[in-house]
Amino acid sequence: MALAQAKSEALAARTDGLSVGGSGWLGAARRDAQARLSAMGLPSKRDEYWRYTDPASLTQATPVPAALFDAGDEPPAFNGILALRLVFVDGVFDAGQSDDPALAGVEITHLSQADGVDIHWAREVYGVLEARGQVPVQRPLATLNTAYATEGFLIRATARAERPVSLVYHHNSTTSDAMLHHCIKVEKGAELTILEQGPAAARITSVMEVEVADGARFHHIRAQGRDHERRAATHVFARIGAEALFKSFTLTANGCLTRNEQVLELAGDDGVAHVAGAAVGDGVFHHDDTVFITHAGLRCESRQVFKKVLMNGAVGVFQGKILVKPGAQKTDGYQISQSLLLDGDSQFLAKPELEIYADDVKCSHGSTSGAIDETALFYLQSRGVPKRVAQSLLVLAFLAEAIGEIEDEVIAEDIRSRLEGWLQRHEH
Amino acid sequence: MLEIKNLHVKLEEEDKVILKGVDLKIGAGEVHAIMGPNGSGKSTLSYVLSGREGYEVTEGSATLDGTELLEMEPEERAAAGLFLAFQYPVEIPGVGNMTFLRTAVNAQRKARGEEELSAGEFLKIVREKAKALKIDAEMLKRPVNVGFSGGEKKRNEILQMAMLEPRMCILDETDSGLDVDAMKLVSDGVNALRDAGRSFLVITHYQRLLDHIKPDVVHIMAAGRIIKSGGPELALEVENNGYADLLAEAK
Ligand SMILES: Nc1ncnc2c1ncn2[C@@H]1O[C@H](COP(=O)(O)OP(=O)(O)OP(=O)(O)O)[C@@H](O)[C@H]1O
Ligand SMILES: [Mg+2]
Repeated sequence: MALAQAKSEALAARTDGLSVGGSGWLGAARRDAQARLSAMGLPSKRDEYWRYTDPASLTQATPVPAALFDAGDEPPAFNGILALRLVFVDGVFDAGQSDDPALAGVEITHLSQADGVDIHWAREVYGVLEARGQVPVQRPLATLNTAYATEGFLIRATARAERPVSLVYHHNSTTSDAMLHHCIKVEKGAELTILEQGPAAARITSVMEVEVADGARFHHIRAQGRDHERRAATHVFARIGAEALFKSFTLTANGCLTRNEQVLELAGDDGVAHVAGAAVGDGVFHHDDTVFITHAGLRCESRQVFKKVLMNGAVGVFQGKILVKPGAQKTDGYQISQSLLLDGDSQFLAKPELEIYADDVKCSHGSTSGAIDETALFYLQSRGVPKRVAQSLLVLAFLAEAIGEIEDEVIAEDIRSRLEGWLQRHEH
Repeated sequence: MLEIKNLHVKLEEEDKVILKGVDLKIGAGEVHAIMGPNGSGKSTLSYVLSGREGYEVTEGSATLDGTELLEMEPEERAAAGLFLAFQYPVEIPGVGNMTFLRTAVNAQRKARGEEELSAGEFLKIVREKAKALKIDAEMLKRPVNVGFSGGEKKRNEILQMAMLEPRMCILDETDSGLDVDAMKLVSDGVNALRDAGRSFLVITHYQRLLDHIKPDVVHIMAAGRIIKSGGPELALEVENNGYADLLAEAK
């Protein structure tokens, strides 16, 4: 009883000042989420999937202030990529800094313009994929977002988009508390790339719901900025149709708290879902990848490739599950989570899970934690490669499998050079 | 060229002494061979010279053209012209052989104040040298030594040596694991590099290699010391009679 009381008080404090707006379909979806949220309550460290990551700073009423960060002379991510840019400052859309949201084959609508309009496809996505993703593991922060987010875009691709849509998240206020909710639908046979970059705010809680229709292709690449003090809880919920492709890659460099959840459902036959991440942290850095992939269709392929480089007490967490439903025969599931600990102070906590209800499947998972290979280091040095360069080479080699999940070679090179820069700045 | 004086080495972590006063002097342009029973300290000597961690020098010195090697970082020794072809070449998953070679060549050029090679120049040189060693383009693209056969790894060591053009080359059992043809290729590779300004220290168990790479001096190492030195005939003696007589004689 006391616990329930405390939970509801915490929820009231967290949502104080937030309102569930809209009288149309969006308002209805928000109110539904609000009801679901009050039944669930906010997460606590006692919850099974929050055992390794304390959600307190994500659930407390106001964010912990986060100092602004100057990236110096490092260019912004995806600099050389011609994209349609949509810019948010501390979680608020800034039309002045953004491109005109017009792109052939793509419809882009801001959430604030959606409630009164009957955007049919979005009604089947907003809060819907998020709600499906609550079973069997509850994700209350996503529901919180569905109920209260007022910022974000509804993006629908009906053809092959000629340029990516780039979502840029600036962090300009030390106390900002952002909520972003995007819905994406890639229609049958269409193809879309979404880029995300930047820390977004002192605290960000985000949801991206992605419906990839039969035969459609979706690419997602994000770089979560370099701010040390920002805190982020992000969620991607995706439903992947027959013969559809979903690929997501995340680069995280710095950030005192990151929880990236991905909940993917291979709903049709012959679908493909790949999620990958490269995270590098030095000191106050807690990085959590929590992934849940459901195989419901026949002959689907999923890959999870997560690599973390940790030093000076940084902490990495990986919780990854593959669920193969009855009848999802010929499933090919692969999961690897690895950490490279550059000193004895850092730690990696991994919880890989497989739950399989079909008999003709191929699933593998592996998790390792290790130090840099001293023999390889000496070999490189003995050829004249200076120690720091040799270390960088070996760390990049460790990260290569994750970076390899990025299809676009220019973007992959950008990510690689950002990691190289980070390694040069962080001596070990 | 290389001068080792009274070198004593123990393991850093244990009280095990491995080298117990090694003296060796190799002049410019000379080829010396070291033979000796398993565990006598031959690889340890080559590791200590190239700066591997885990060993402690308790006495003695090693200089390359008068400069003390033992104080330097491994990469500085390499830039100074020292090269070790490993007995067990190391696999480095995720690092391409080409990237590795180019990084190494350019790092050494930079350390010596020379201009780095352009991608085009580098490619031209590496292709030519790889061809001579029958290393194909596919092997150059693969990660360093990963999935290479034993013999391919050894040829890759010689390719690195040919690219880096060191002045003092130490070959640690480069012949082991090589078939007859590969042994010829590797020896040709080594002989092509022989000149008045370059010296070799060839560690081997077999006289056969020394038929191809003719040594000026042969040393016998046992229990951490050089117990006998002589001409090429010493290698023949070992081949025919083993080490027993030599060991007895040294006692
Ligand atoms: N790092 C180490 N830890 C423990 N023992 C070591 C280490 N390095 C060398 N030794 C020991 O030192 C001795 C000399 O080893 P080394 O490898 O130098 O011999 P070697 O003459 O090269 O032998 P081989 O002909 O078999 O290659 C051996 O007894 C070996 O076990
Ligand atoms: Mg040896």
